[in-house]
Amino acid sequence: MAMKFEKTGEGTYVLDVCGFVCPHPQIYTKKSLEKISEGETLEVIFDNPSSKETIIQMCEQAGHELLEEKTEGGKLVLKIEKG
Amino acid sequence: MQDEEKRNKIWAFIITGVLILISMLYYSVNMYYIYLIVYIWFGFAYGMMLQYGRFCFASASRDLFAAGVPRMAVGIMIALVFFSLVQAFLASTNMSTFHPAPFGIHMLISGVIFGIGMVLAGGCASGSLYKIGEGNATSILAVIFGLSIGQSVFVDTGGIFNKLVPQSWMDAAHKTQEAIKTYSNIDIPLNSWFDFYLVGYVWNKPTYMIADLISNGRPTTMDYFIGNALINAILPAILLLVVIYYFYARKGFIKKRRKKKGSTGLSDELAGMWNMITASKRTSMMGVLVGITAGLHILAMKGMQNKFGINNFGQLLTRMGYTGDVSLKGTVFDPGYWYITTQEGQFGAWLLEKFGWNMHDNMFFGYVNGIPELWRNPALWMSLGIIFGAMVMARLNNEFKFKWPKGELYIWGIGGGLLMGFGSRPSLGCNIGAFFIRAAGGDPNGWVYGTGMVLGAFIGVKFFNWWTERKMAKEMEAF
Repeated sequence: MAMKFEKTGEGTYVLDVCGFVCPHPQIYTKKSLEKISEGETLEVIFDNPSSKETIIQMCEQAGHELLEEKTEGGKLVLKIEKG
Repeated sequence: MQDEEKRNKIWAFIITGVLILISMLYYSVNMYYIYLIVYIWFGFAYGMMLQYGRFCFASASRDLFAAGVPRMAVGIMIALVFFSLVQAFLASTNMSTFHPAPFGIHMLISGVIFGIGMVLAGGCASGSLYKIGEGNATSILAVIFGLSIGQSVFVDTGGIFNKLVPQSWMDAAHKTQEAIKTYSNIDIPLNSWFDFYLVGYVWNKPTYMIADLISNGRPTTMDYFIGNALINAILPAILLLVVIYYFYARKGFIKKRRKKKGSTGLSDELAGMWNMITASKRTSMMGVLVGITAGLHILAMKGMQNKFGINNFGQLLTRMGYTGDVSLKGTVFDPGYWYITTQEGQFGAWLLEKFGWNMHDNMFFGYVNGIPELWRNPALWMSLGIIFGAMVMARLNNEFKFKWPKGELYIWGIGGGLLMGFGSRPSLGCNIGAFFIRAAGGDPNGWVYGTGMVLGAFIGVKFFNWWTERKMAKEMEAF
């Protein structure tokens, strides 16, 4: 399935888990955040609305900052800075 | 984008309008169908609330173990507290349709199987229905192949599986068969392993309700509130909230407080608890509403039963001449409250019978639940109501998107659905019927099943963690 975790620039990563449903987007996001360093950013692209609340609360709990939240053509995009 | 929003709103109106038309059509055919209509609209309300609150029992333990997020576990505890209070009130006024279930280790084992299944499938029994409403086809696979067909085959299988049944269950089942034949002239079918399990084992297990236990079987209003609500639901819910706070939410909150104030005390701990409860307002708010709605649902169903002088919809079907719909004892599955899995098993059985498989020769369908035509199956309409209610809410929030499963999701959807189907039958219920309703109704079985579900979810999460790491390391260059 088209899923990717890529480094897009200096300290920036993108995780695309479109097509995946619970619990995959939240688990992949957690694993990706564990992989990157503090201060780096991760853009998570997904289309499973049920995962959104969990990812946002996971970031709050872990001290990551949610920099941006947007919807693009049925896809949800969360930009997170690892804290 | 605006066009899409407009389209979504139109769809929401069309779905709601069609359900209104269906309801009117049913009522115009026979006023008895008001019973079925009540199920449709409570289902619709559940669906809207579940989707809006992302209310999924799988998410409760899974997100806690996998991501350290207590949102859903908190929401369920809130719903449980409110539902238990309404239940206690209804029980004390003799307006409850709830009955405790046979108590035993089978509840725990069932819960573990169901717990693993719900994590793999990505949603519990009720969660899978609302996710179908969001366009999630993995959940369609879980519901059709697992909860429906899988479940019906599970209760009808005999042959080699009967050889695994203990002789004591067989003897006890045959004894009961004789007794029922003498007493009501019904020859109950004893063919599948589940028949012997149900009649020879489960039916011989005791049932408990805390209000009865603390009042020697003569509960007063106070006993219902103290026994069923406070002891069996509210205190365990508070205890669980404290445990969840301590292990998952306290650290971060107190760290922030210490940074700000220097030292912390009890007031900060309480503030931390409150912060955890209100962290996801939409889930907590829906917890309150789901709890109250589930209580009102019981009230409405009991009201219908009193109005028509019945205790099961099968009696109305018989009055209307649909005797083929009902079981040997004249009943159909009609829980009288929020319930998910049995009606899906009936759907599976109905489907398999169209292919020539006799599904009436077992206790589950033949003697207890019947197999009504789909359009006359009240509880199945509740499940459809949940799907359409969730679909309307998802459309209104522009969150509907059809996602056809690919690759591994086929395996997780079907495999998880099958485990959920297998894990909901021996316990006579799922996350709703076996856990939520029973825990709120004073039946300690609810917690036995709930413990099993959490254990199962833990195993499921451990598996997914291993799977995810392996997959990311293998397939993603940057990982």
